[in-house]
Amino acid sequence: MDLGSVPQDTSPTYGGQRKLLYAVDENGNYTGVQSQGWEPETQATLTAVAELDRLRDDAWRRAAAGQTSALEFHMFDRRMEFDTLAATTGLWRWRIRRHFDPRRFAKLSTALLARYADAMGITVEQLRSVPPLPKE
Amino acid sequence: MSHALNKSFVHRQSAHCESGVVSAMMTHHGIPMTEPMAFGLASALTFAYIPFVKMAGMPLIAYRMPPGAIIRAMQKRMGVKIVRQKFRDPKAGMAALDEQLAQGRIVGLQTCVYWLPYFPEPMRFHFNAHNMIVYGKEGDEYLVSDPVFEGPVRCPAAALEKARFAKGAMAAKGLMYYPTQMPSSLEHAKLIPDAVRRNCRTMSYAPVPIVGIKGIRYLANNVVKLGRKNDPSLNLYLSHIVRMQEEIGTGGAGFRFIYASYLQESAKLLGNHLLADASKQMTAAGDEWRRFALQSAKMVRGRTEMNVETLAGILNTCADKEAAMWRSLRVV
Repeated sequence: MDLGSVPQDTSPTYGGQRKLLYAVDENGNYTGVQSQGWEPETQATLTAVAELDRLRDDAWRRAAAGQTSALEFHMFDRRMEFDTLAATTGLWRWRIRRHFDPRRFAKLSTALLARYADAMGITVEQLRSVPPLPKE
Repeated sequence: MSHALNKSFVHRQSAHCESGVVSAMMTHHGIPMTEPMAFGLASALTFAYIPFVKMAGMPLIAYRMPPGAIIRAMQKRMGVKIVRQKFRDPKAGMAALDEQLAQGRIVGLQTCVYWLPYFPEPMRFHFNAHNMIVYGKEGDEYLVSDPVFEGPVRCPAAALEKARFAKGAMAAKGLMYYPTQMPSSLEHAKLIPDAVRRNCRTMSYAPVPIVGIKGIRYLANNVVKLGRKNDPSLNLYLSHIVRMQEEIGTGGAGFRFIYASYLQESAKLLGNHLLADASKQMTAAGDEWRRFALQSAKMVRGRTEMNVETLAGILNTCADKEAAMWRSLRVV
């Protein structure tokens, strides 16, 4: 990549930061150069974020309808999915799946709730319910 | 202890976290080193497509060796003595960090990106193997040199503890590391050819079809397969490849430009024209990877018609170019 073709498509995902890329100057020498973003990359990041948001909103609707527990909403809200939650809590996947049942979830001990809450970085109180509306 | 600072430490922005940390540590301890040199000497370039390891439901695609490879190379190849410590108790891990800072050391840490508040929101994913240097503490805040950021940043103690001790895949378990003994100098005439040969092996002669040049072709076939099936996840899948290739610190084109820069620097150091030629070939391969990202983004957006054969064709061209480059380096 030539210095001249280093993209500067100001990206909302960089939060005002610039990233370092390596490119070739007019004498053929490599040099580090800062970039404000590249459209294809931004799009890829936003696609991944949008997918997580879609899962979260879907879980929110089902939780509101009583079809799943608040746990599933919070899992996606913290940008986790099944595997991540299982790994970070150290619980079996099938156990977590059972806790997606609202009735079972309501009966969970505080200790187990605290384990979930801790892995997600929220309080047990927050974990017990879903917020009124999805964020944003 | 609430105040400690290493005044002589200079932050330098890097493309990739681990090579950034290693080059900054080497430089700080008296052996000036560029980021591409740290990356190249570790033979850190690779390609791997691992369908049975899923990250958020997507296959693992790696353009570099697994986390820790560059730090290990600093130890094994460059002859630096390093202390590496993990902790069961987070409080003990934070206390040990404070103790080293109080002695004026700079300390490398492995952390989880999601819990680092200074990261822009859209970049905060659960990725456990992010490296950084801590060079001081002021009150309740740590002074952090995060290599992928433009300048030094600050991180509250509670957040840093969470980031160091996040559990899950590749959990850091509070890993911290710092050099205790440096070599007097580096013998580039031996280190560089060794590193290039090692890298040539992983790219050209991997015993499994999902690593190296073969791995790139395997990915190309998979793109075609998904496209023919009209799989609804095709767009997500293509975006995932582009993310792995460009997002969070690859220096562009999945580390291909960093490696080309390393080859060029090595060529100058050793006066070796083979390496200089190889650098140009690697740049051309990198440009092809960028073309893949651009084309696939256009197709995902619907600006051009989706054509998986075209995309696979570009990937196979990447494979051809890289294969030819490594062949030319067999005799280095």
